[in-house]
Amino acid sequence: MAVKPLADTEFYKKQTRLALRNCGVIDPESIEEYFAVDGYQALAKALTQLTPEQVIQIMKDSGLRGRGGGGFPTGLKWSFTAANAADQKYVVCNADEGDPGAFMDRSVLEGDPHAIVEAMAICGYCTGATAGYIYVRAEYPIAVKRLEIAIDAAKKHQLLGKNIFGSGFDFELYIRLGAGAFVCGEETALMTSIEGNRGEPRPRPPYPAVKGLFGKPTTENNVETFANVPQIILHGAEPFAAMGTEKSKGSKVFALGGNINNTGLVEIPMGTRLREIIEEIGGGIPNGRKFKAVQTGGPSGGCIPTEHLDIEIDYDNLSAIGCMIGSGGMIVMDDSKCMVDIARFFLDFTVDESCGKCSPCRIGTKRMLEILDKIIAGNGTLEDVDKLEELAYHVKENSLCGLGQTAPNPVLATLRFFRHEYIAHVTEHKCPAGVCKALLSYNIDPEKCIGCTLCARVCPTGAINGTVKQPHVIDHDKCIKCGACETACKKVHAVYKA
Amino acid sequence: MTTLAELNAARDAAAAKMKQTDDGQPITRVVVGLATCGIAAGAKPVLEAFEQAAQAAGLSSVRVYQTGCIGMCQFEPIAEITVPGQEKVTYVNMTAGRAKEVVEKHLAGGQVIEEYTVGAVTK
Ligand SMILES: Cc1cc2nc3c(=O)[nH]c(=O)nc-3n(C[C@H](O)[C@H](O)[C@H](O)COP(=O)(O)O)c2cc1C
Ligand code: SF4
Ligand code: SF4
Repeated sequence: MAVKPLADTEFYKKQTRLALRNCGVIDPESIEEYFAVDGYQALAKALTQLTPEQVIQIMKDSGLRGRGGGGFPTGLKWSFTAANAADQKYVVCNADEGDPGAFMDRSVLEGDPHAIVEAMAICGYCTGATAGYIYVRAEYPIAVKRLEIAIDAAKKHQLLGKNIFGSGFDFELYIRLGAGAFVCGEETALMTSIEGNRGEPRPRPPYPAVKGLFGKPTTENNVETFANVPQIILHGAEPFAAMGTEKSKGSKVFALGGNINNTGLVEIPMGTRLREIIEEIGGGIPNGRKFKAVQTGGPSGGCIPTEHLDIEIDYDNLSAIGCMIGSGGMIVMDDSKCMVDIARFFLDFTVDESCGKCSPCRIGTKRMLEILDKIIAGNGTLEDVDKLEELAYHVKENSLCGLGQTAPNPVLATLRFFRHEYIAHVTEHKCPAGVCKALLSYNIDPEKCIGCTLCARVCPTGAINGTVKQPHVIDHDKCIKCGACETACKKVHAVYKA
Repeated sequence: MTTLAELNAARDAAAAKMKQTDDGQPITRVVVGLATCGIAAGAKPVLEAFEQAAQAAGLSSVRVYQTGCIGMCQFEPIAEITVPGQEKVTYVNMTAGRAKEVVEKHLAGGQVIEEYTVGAVTK
């Protein structure tokens, strides 16, 4: 029998590896292995054969858009910095990766650090910057170590430093560690943090291209954005622009997780249907359960329900339904999940991570969380649902930075697609998925119960009454809804949640 | 290095070094995923086991390298083996013991251990 190659598995078949091209292929701590896969050829080409304007034009033509969440066209961003004359400019790589569950950028840094070094030097050349900073979260020690090794090796080979490839272009690269606050991934907060100050956002404009790091024109891009640059420069804009949809070119890496058979890192061409990711690459939903929704964009994004499974993934299609690609987290949820509870999970995260500088975000998200808690506890009303929605729009429109502006998205998306679940919580006092404890009760079906006493023996509060071989009954006043009886009765299935 | 010609020479030398040992034997390349996901799943002892077993078996053309994330984090540790002229084989859920077995049966004996390959655990 023939051994199945990795490339023929369902998981890999539909993937296209551009940003991840060297991850899992080369030794990331060896500059020689990076040379062997055309490493630093793009930098050499840019410095010896292309003018800065030509490099920027290639980036524009490729259609690459920022992979850090916003989706801003990269070539255009670079042209803004290039247009501002200054005695000093900077390139910054955002490797803060704060979305819970996301690890795309970590994988690129750990698997292909030289690609980031090379891309940042190219960016420096065409924007007129001579120094770059990589801002990595301190929780990524392996990524940091491999970046340090890469920077040292590049310096030794004169690929960083003075007069690179004899072109007169100088470029130095530094690493800065972040303490892992979510808001420090926001570009202005990130630069404030590099400057040694408390990582708080500031209003834009001025944009970083005008007044960025240390007050100088700065280009700030995400790790995955940079990872795409060397091949675009080396092979030209066309191959990249040929892939994807009209307005979203190339491929995107997602960290696929949650209730799905195959978890891991997947890179797919833009325009791939969500259904293909879930059913084919992901191998479907485990344990015989049904697909309910997929959360993209983490705490800034929204959920996509079954009726949109055939959506072609790109920036604009997702924002049209109130979601976003975000940085690439993709959490699949089956029908055992309560969407009100999910919204609460993400909002709880943003309430914790809000830096507190502006009141719509600091106070507004807290009030929203209180309303959600009230609904989950079974004390909510229809007015609360309306108030929650109104407040969500207020926070979205009035917050200073992207954290507050996007924090309400998980609530708004679930209200949009799963409003009936909110309504069930407040009018029927029921959690349809059986998650919100205050709204469910454990019961024993007298028809099924064989009186084996297993449940009564595990109940921590003695809430179950009954004699041997007689149907048992749960005293709801004593029950603390721990679920132990349901687990104990797993053969007979007489215990049920309602 | 200051010219494109030097870079090209470095590329060609590196590519050759990945294919051939100094004394001209074609290299059998073993790569073990040593990103956070792999290390957390126990990839370091797997890499060491490959090195030791290959040496013990006197397989002088086997080279063991670390690499980044292959993408299937749930099946880590993952090791991929490329014997010259043959299709790459992907082994999943590796342990030091399995690595030793792979060296003996596959690298020394030429027999792929199919039950450890990716095709055995996923469609
Ligand atoms: C609260 C918040 C957190 C962010 N976190 C990240 C992050 O972890 N990584 C990232 O690349 N961008 C993050 N961003 C987006 C950055 O502000 C910025 O838009 C992006 O890094 C620009 O790079 P790009 O154009 O290559 O996407 C965050 C934005 C906000 C508002
Ligand atoms: S929106 Fe939130 S995180 Fe952003 S500045 Fe205001 S309080 Fe801070
Ligand atoms: S859910 Fe827990 S507390 Fe309630 S009856 Fe069952 S075992 Fe007892």
